[in-house]
Amino acid sequence: MVERKIRVLVAKPGLDGHDRGAKIVARALRDAGMEVIYTGLHQTAEMIVEAAIQEDVDVVGLSLLSGAHMTLFVDVAKLLKKNGLDEVLIIGGGIIPVEDVPKLQKEGIAAVFGPGTPTEKIVEYIIKNVKR
Amino acid sequence: MYDKKELEQIRKQKEEWEKKCYTPLIDKHPERKKRFENLSNNEIKQLYTPDDISHLEYLKDIGFPGNYPFLRGIHATMHRGKLWTMRQFAGFGSAEETNQRYKYLLSHGETGLSVAFDYPTLYGYDTDHPMSRGEFGKCGVAISSLKDMEILFQGIPIDKITTSMTINGPAAIVWAFYIANAENRGIQKDIIGGTIQNDILKEYIAQKSYIFPPEPSMRLIIDTFEYGSQYVPRWNTISISGYHIREAGSTAVQELAFTVGDGVEYVKWAIKRGLSVDEFAPRLSFFFNAHNDFFEEIAKYRAARRIWAKEMKKLGAKKERSMLMRFHTQTAGCSLTAQQPEINIVRVTMQALAAILGGTQSLHTNSMDEALALPSEKAVRIALRTQQIIAEESGVTDTIDPVGGSYYIEWLTDEMEEQTYRYWERVEKLGGVLAAIEKGFYQREIAAASYKYQKEIDEHKRIIVGVNDYNTDETIDIPLLAMDEKGEERQIKRLNKLKKERNNQKVQRNLEALRTIAEGSSNMMPAILDCVHSYATLGETCQVLRDVFGEYEEQAIY
Amino acid sequence: MSDIVQNILKGDQRSIARLITLAENNDKIATTAMKDIHPYTGNAQVIGITGVMGSGKSTLICELTRLYRKLGKTVGIIAIDPTSPFSGGALLGDRVRMMELAMDDGVFIRSLGTRGMLGGLTSAVYDVVEILDACGKDVVIVETVGVGQAEVDIIKIADTTLVVIVPGLGDSIQTLKAGVMEIADIYVINKADRPGVEQTIAEVESLVDITCSGKDRKTPVLSTIAKQGKGIDVLLQEIEDHRSYLEKTHLFEKQRRLRYEAELVEIIRKRLMSFIFDEQTCKQRINDLLDRIGEKKTDPYTAAEEILGTILK
Ligand SMILES: Nc1nc2c(ncn2[C@@H]2O[C@H](COP(=O)(O)OP(=O)(O)OP(=O)(O)O)[C@@H](O)[C@H]2O)c(=O)[nH]1
Ligand SMILES: [Mg+2]
Repeated sequence: MVERKIRVLVAKPGLDGHDRGAKIVARALRDAGMEVIYTGLHQTAEMIVEAAIQEDVDVVGLSLLSGAHMTLFVDVAKLLKKNGLDEVLIIGGGIIPVEDVPKLQKEGIAAVFGPGTPTEKIVEYIIKNVKR
Repeated sequence: MYDKKELEQIRKQKEEWEKKCYTPLIDKHPERKKRFENLSNNEIKQLYTPDDISHLEYLKDIGFPGNYPFLRGIHATMHRGKLWTMRQFAGFGSAEETNQRYKYLLSHGETGLSVAFDYPTLYGYDTDHPMSRGEFGKCGVAISSLKDMEILFQGIPIDKITTSMTINGPAAIVWAFYIANAENRGIQKDIIGGTIQNDILKEYIAQKSYIFPPEPSMRLIIDTFEYGSQYVPRWNTISISGYHIREAGSTAVQELAFTVGDGVEYVKWAIKRGLSVDEFAPRLSFFFNAHNDFFEEIAKYRAARRIWAKEMKKLGAKKERSMLMRFHTQTAGCSLTAQQPEINIVRVTMQALAAILGGTQSLHTNSMDEALALPSEKAVRIALRTQQIIAEESGVTDTIDPVGGSYYIEWLTDEMEEQTYRYWERVEKLGGVLAAIEKGFYQREIAAASYKYQKEIDEHKRIIVGVNDYNTDETIDIPLLAMDEKGEERQIKRLNKLKKERNNQKVQRNLEALRTIAEGSSNMMPAILDCVHSYATLGETCQVLRDVFGEYEEQAIY
Repeated sequence: MSDIVQNILKGDQRSIARLITLAENNDKIATTAMKDIHPYTGNAQVIGITGVMGSGKSTLICELTRLYRKLGKTVGIIAIDPTSPFSGGALLGDRVRMMELAMDDGVFIRSLGTRGMLGGLTSAVYDVVEILDACGKDVVIVETVGVGQAEVDIIKIADTTLVVIVPGLGDSIQTLKAGVMEIADIYVINKADRPGVEQTIAEVESLVDITCSGKDRKTPVLSTIAKQGKGIDVLLQEIEDHRSYLEKTHLFEKQRRLRYEAELVEIIRKRLMSFIFDEQTCKQRINDLLDRIGEKKTDPYTAAEEILGTILK
């Protein structure tokens, strides 16, 4: 009776407190049958990566609306890689200018979801792209 | 408002109409939806008649503008006398860049300033703090000391123009920067005018940029009330805000109920401190959101005014000025779409119109590109022009409260008031506002509402143009703002230089004096002003208070 | 011995995390690994914490852990939240309260969903306790929301079970009366900064008087303000005292035996279930039986006896 469940860490790096999106996504992923670990606000890259290791997650979802994504998303991606968590799927959400998206993808953030993305699109993306 | 006989007639005829005209028609051609709902999920009927507002008495419940209960407006002339203040929220990058933006806006007819600070500033961190990493100037301007404030307002007549500052946790300190800057420029404290947001309750409820726990936060706020009413009488020492509650996903009714409820809470705390209501209440101001449901928004502003007037009377206000609710409005950022950004101009227009018909005192209209990035100059100008068109061309300002008396509007206004009181009863049962925050009541209500809204969009029960219908796949072509890459470096250099050149002994002395006052119970404003005047930084001053008060940690609610 | 087990014994975080996942998923690799691990277990002190939603369990754990760390002890934390019976998903939010601990190498936190065990604890929790025990954690703390079966299950795992109550919640006292009174080794009245503490303490104490009459140990009732870190030292002392009490009275071995028994039963149950419902042939057979039940050719009892008959043969 092997019962795999997709485990997702939903984290908010940086200082902005807009957790509406993160919470909606967290709930939607739960309703899609995933186990969602929510870390709360103001997380440093180190805290997020530590949690990702201990919780052995398949996906790390980062949400940030302050515009600091080029620094903070990339911090998390680099640190995950440094810790050997290459197989973890990293996705991001928030107000991300289109021109930043390819730069983020190059750094290992697999996909970026802007405001107004239907939650089912995120669910679909995870199911299709999760690496384990 | 109608006599019994007439009402009887209306009721009868309406039944007749439903039976003979309406029902047969919808039997043949069903309406577009089974149930029509506004954004607060209240059912909306097909038609409103005098029957729906028969319990209202014109003189008591509706009245005249400028008279209690101020439902129709706070002034006798409203927008015929004076247009609202066109106040665009702006700030990004360094003080230099933002100063340029302000001058640009003023040269295009803006009539008031509104400062957006970056996240480190909102949390009381200087630009060089580790937690500030990546955040410099991103969502607003970075202000770490009086030096930055001087640059921010260089060449701007702060004795004539009023400034609103969106700052909460460290509001007292940032306000002190502003006062100190004015004083250094030879402008007396009692001349400057403006607003600090200073509304910590909604931070706990929704926006989450708090620093200290509730009790010391409330103390700081009441300190500013007290100091302001004595020395800076033209300053609004708080802007009790529903905007962020709404942005966090609440319904209109929740925004109304939670915000006005917060207002009452502040008044109670100030009274507890021993302040007299009529001394500070005239300086309380409010800040609401303008979202998509046109009539619901208008009804919300009207209801807010009436509830506030009634509550202030109950709390012992004698002066009329203490009972009237002055408010700023901003169109709903969360309603903007990243898809087809230009159509946001249309959304903003309708939202702005609702705010104006609702009797706002000042207004910010969002720029079309805000769901994508910081607004560009052109986008900001169009947003400002939107207000100017409504003011100059539409004619909606020619009479006061033009929607008043509409059966639907009056019914909805009353209904929203009713639902507000019902929310208040629930909060009361939980032990009051602070207890309800701690128990996660507001957070849970808002999270549920926002999830429901998103689900409705996902399931196509609610259509958002360009998002879940009427899509195009054109690429987005909006010029985005480029920030000065050197800004952060320059800011940190300035900070280092400042720390070297100022009188550091004096800074330490002033910070220690503040610590002592903070540990005690007297008003902290004078000590904060001393720190600021000696060029203690925001981070340093805030750290003293962090040491004494500790930091707040929230409960996670989904 | 497999690499993963060796790495776990060395305390490697990623291996610990991975084996927990495998155990949760009932993976065969986990079964083998758990056999290898067992000899290295039995050293950790296991503390269970249960209580109604939002009573401050996670905050309390955070504070307790801080104190244990000061005493030089390493801590493993297992935080269990309910799995949604509808979607099978779960929102695991306990970590929020403990984020500051996450950066400490001597602390390992893992969130688990109950995964549809009729409201009870996930069966994997036995494995997770053993894994954290084997990797050298001195203390293992298990948090469960105190509703129904999970609350009763926790005493089988924990050496010491804390029941957290908050003042002014008449209903939580009611639940106590409803029959889970026996599970507490220590009562913690948290949020003692709230009005009504004295009354709640008095109420719980009078309940304790009834349930503990004639016993040699009276369940202590403590008050804490977890959010301000108050009363935690006394709580820790009570936990230690309870442990000495268990050892002195030889109840400790009994307690551990109870855990193994529960685990054994659980493993057997799981195996049986998977045997019956998982194997393709069995599934087919059940389908046939269901058809026949529907057609009134047989009845559920006879069908059940038939299935069990083949297994027990
Ligand atoms: N006033 C007060 N609040 C507390 C105390 N301890 C915890 N809290 C607050 O209570 C809320 C819930 O705390 P948690 O530690 O998440 O409670 P929990 O029992 O783990 O919650 P669940 O895991 O959701 O069942 C948080 O907002 C805490 O800050 C206390 O002693 N006094
Ligand atoms: Mg918890």
